[in-house]
Amino acid sequence: MTALLDTLFNGLAIGSVLMLAALGLAVVFGLMGVINMAHGELMMLGAYTTFVVQNLFKTGPLQGLFPAYILLAIPAAFLVSGLAGLLLEKTVIRRLYGRPLETLLATWGVSLILQQFVRSVSTAFALGLVAAVVLALLAPRFTPQAWWQQRWTPLLSFGRWLAAAAVGIALASGLGNVRALDQPWFSARNIDVTAPQWLRGSIDLAGVNMPTGRLFIIALTALALVAVNWFLQKSAWGIRIRAVTQNRPMSSCLGIPTETVDALTFLVGSGLAGVAGVAVTLLGSVGPNLGGNYIVDCFMVVVLGGVGKLLGTVVAALGIGILSYVIGSGSLLLVWPAMPVGLNELVTFFATTSMAKVLVFALIVVFLQFRPAGLFPQKGRMVEA
Amino acid sequence: MADLFSSRTLRRALPWVVIVLLALLLPAVLPPFRLNLLGRFLSLGIVALGVDLIWGFTGMLSLGQGIFFSLGGYALGMYLSLNSLEPGQLPEFFSLYGVQSLPAFWRPFGSPLFTLFALWVIPALVAGVLGYLVFRNRIKGVYFSILTQAALLVFFNFFNGQQKLINGTNGLKTDTARIFGELVGSDGMQRNLFLLTVVLAVGAFLLCRWLTSGRFGDALIAIRDDEPRMRFTGYNPTAYKTLVFAVAGALAGVSGALYTVQSGIVSPQFMAVPFSIEMVIWVAVGGRGTLIGAVLGAVLINYAKSLVSEALPETWLFIQGGLFLLVVTALPDGLVGWWRSGGPGRIQAMVGWPPVAATYPELDLDPAVQAEKAELEGGAR
Repeated sequence: MTALLDTLFNGLAIGSVLMLAALGLAVVFGLMGVINMAHGELMMLGAYTTFVVQNLFKTGPLQGLFPAYILLAIPAAFLVSGLAGLLLEKTVIRRLYGRPLETLLATWGVSLILQQFVRSVSTAFALGLVAAVVLALLAPRFTPQAWWQQRWTPLLSFGRWLAAAAVGIALASGLGNVRALDQPWFSARNIDVTAPQWLRGSIDLAGVNMPTGRLFIIALTALALVAVNWFLQKSAWGIRIRAVTQNRPMSSCLGIPTETVDALTFLVGSGLAGVAGVAVTLLGSVGPNLGGNYIVDCFMVVVLGGVGKLLGTVVAALGIGILSYVIGSGSLLLVWPAMPVGLNELVTFFATTSMAKVLVFALIVVFLQFRPAGLFPQKGRMVEA
Repeated sequence: MADLFSSRTLRRALPWVVIVLLALLLPAVLPPFRLNLLGRFLSLGIVALGVDLIWGFTGMLSLGQGIFFSLGGYALGMYLSLNSLEPGQLPEFFSLYGVQSLPAFWRPFGSPLFTLFALWVIPALVAGVLGYLVFRNRIKGVYFSILTQAALLVFFNFFNGQQKLINGTNGLKTDTARIFGELVGSDGMQRNLFLLTVVLAVGAFLLCRWLTSGRFGDALIAIRDDEPRMRFTGYNPTAYKTLVFAVAGALAGVSGALYTVQSGIVSPQFMAVPFSIEMVIWVAVGGRGTLIGAVLGAVLINYAKSLVSEALPETWLFIQGGLFLLVVTALPDGLVGWWRSGGPGRIQAMVGWPPVAATYPELDLDPAVQAEKAELEGGAR
């Protein structure tokens, strides 16, 4: 019995992180049909924000408040990831509306850039980047207006970005000679976030040892779920989001500003990824590749759950989390030691994290044979269901 | 006789002349290292052709071509590991994990004939089964992409975790294996492999052109542009999609085998998620829906990658990411598509020297009109 509860608890914890990460993805995918391959990198940004906040609290006047830093890290990560997502939506995704496969590729490109950005960003690099962007954006202001209404304006427009990039790179490499400015902020190594004392203990409940860090993650997930559910069901903007999800052209006709709805949803979805990033830091060290470990799992949650209801995401995330843990830890053997030999071998064969993933994904593919649109499909009468 | 040298015949023959010349000339000119790189990239061009078939023509974005690529590579890798052994011996890595007898699924790969078929039939079968299961349920669009990616991860984890069966993470080395009594990694053998790659790439190109030019090709494009309409017209898209996915799988298998012997190792890294997405971007940059674009894209991007990675390794991801963004937003038809749709003429027009047009520019520059004109001129001759 204890073994069973223990398994359930750990599976629940894994499923919670997955749910937190997939929640934002599911909302965005349901609304815009957009697969955001950079979602994992937005999680990573959240994790790195936690790291920065933690460092702020480690020394200096805020040292006394260190135990509470994680509570500040959550909104900070939400904001950082959310704003990054908003920028992504405004600059890239908006241009690709109605072309989901292209969006997938473009966001993958963004994810590559974000990964490398985190690895190589230094003060010199950041200054060069800011200089390049400012220069390119301000170029039309400081040049004759007539230049921007010519046949060759597209070329000029392209050229100004090239020139601005060249200036930015020159500046960055020039500043890079100064040792202090060349120091990478994070480098390619993994970073470790020290959880505050109160998240490092554990509680014994009904014979099950529950680390408080994991309890915190479960609570955080539950809170996020309630908040998102309230937002979508009760708030005015949530109702607009649901309307656009169900029928975009009709909502637009009725005066709902669909572009604003898209941007807002993307902000919220990305912000949730940031919060998931905070949760991930509690599980161990994190690095620039963090996103890759979660993104496919998150997609499987979305595919399995269907895009109709939040409940789908919840059930799918918990199901995948618990199933992976049960299979991967081989805890079936603990519950039922007298298993027949053949079955026993089979269970042992899949009793590693990676082999558990093999089995779970295979099961999902089999499941989709019977329910192609997931657990809770969106109802409709379209040919393209 | 005069007809033989008419511009049309010349234009037809020119690419072939260039290919033959390059194939004969390059091995003599390039140092072995560069030649080997080129051979590798050209073999990647074959998998890109497959991606172009299923994405550029049929509109299905598969992010799992690495599965079929690696299956081909592993098939040949297994044969080569067995081929250079004394009778009764086992490949070296087996002893590390305490495996005494050869696993059953390894046995057939001792036969060269079996391997020759296995390296493209197995990937084609796997692709066919996987494709059938997915297409039958009308799973498509991004769902298809995600599922192929998940399948890729399944295979990756399986191959990565099974040390006892397939040497896990370390993969199979082919450099030190022997084929026809010669080391696979030797310069002479690599030159032969380069020539073989050229021949197979041309063959794959012709196969794809044959597939895409006739009624079958029309059906693929119909699926891409409006699948429900095609279904309502009485065709069965599932059959077409399954078939074309299997063909792409077979191409990937051949490509993987060629790539394996030229890079000297096959490992689960071939099934890494980024690699399969890169395959898509080669096609996107070259020009999807144009076969030559797929090959060009694969060779160009990989060449650029190796150059940049040698000089400034940190910047490659920035460049690659930027390339993804640029191609998708600014050049949706890729370089070849841009060229064919009159891109250079538009640039000329921007700087003030528009190309001379006899009629309304739009009409004269329309590729369809141009093709028709060329056909008329050709027919008149």
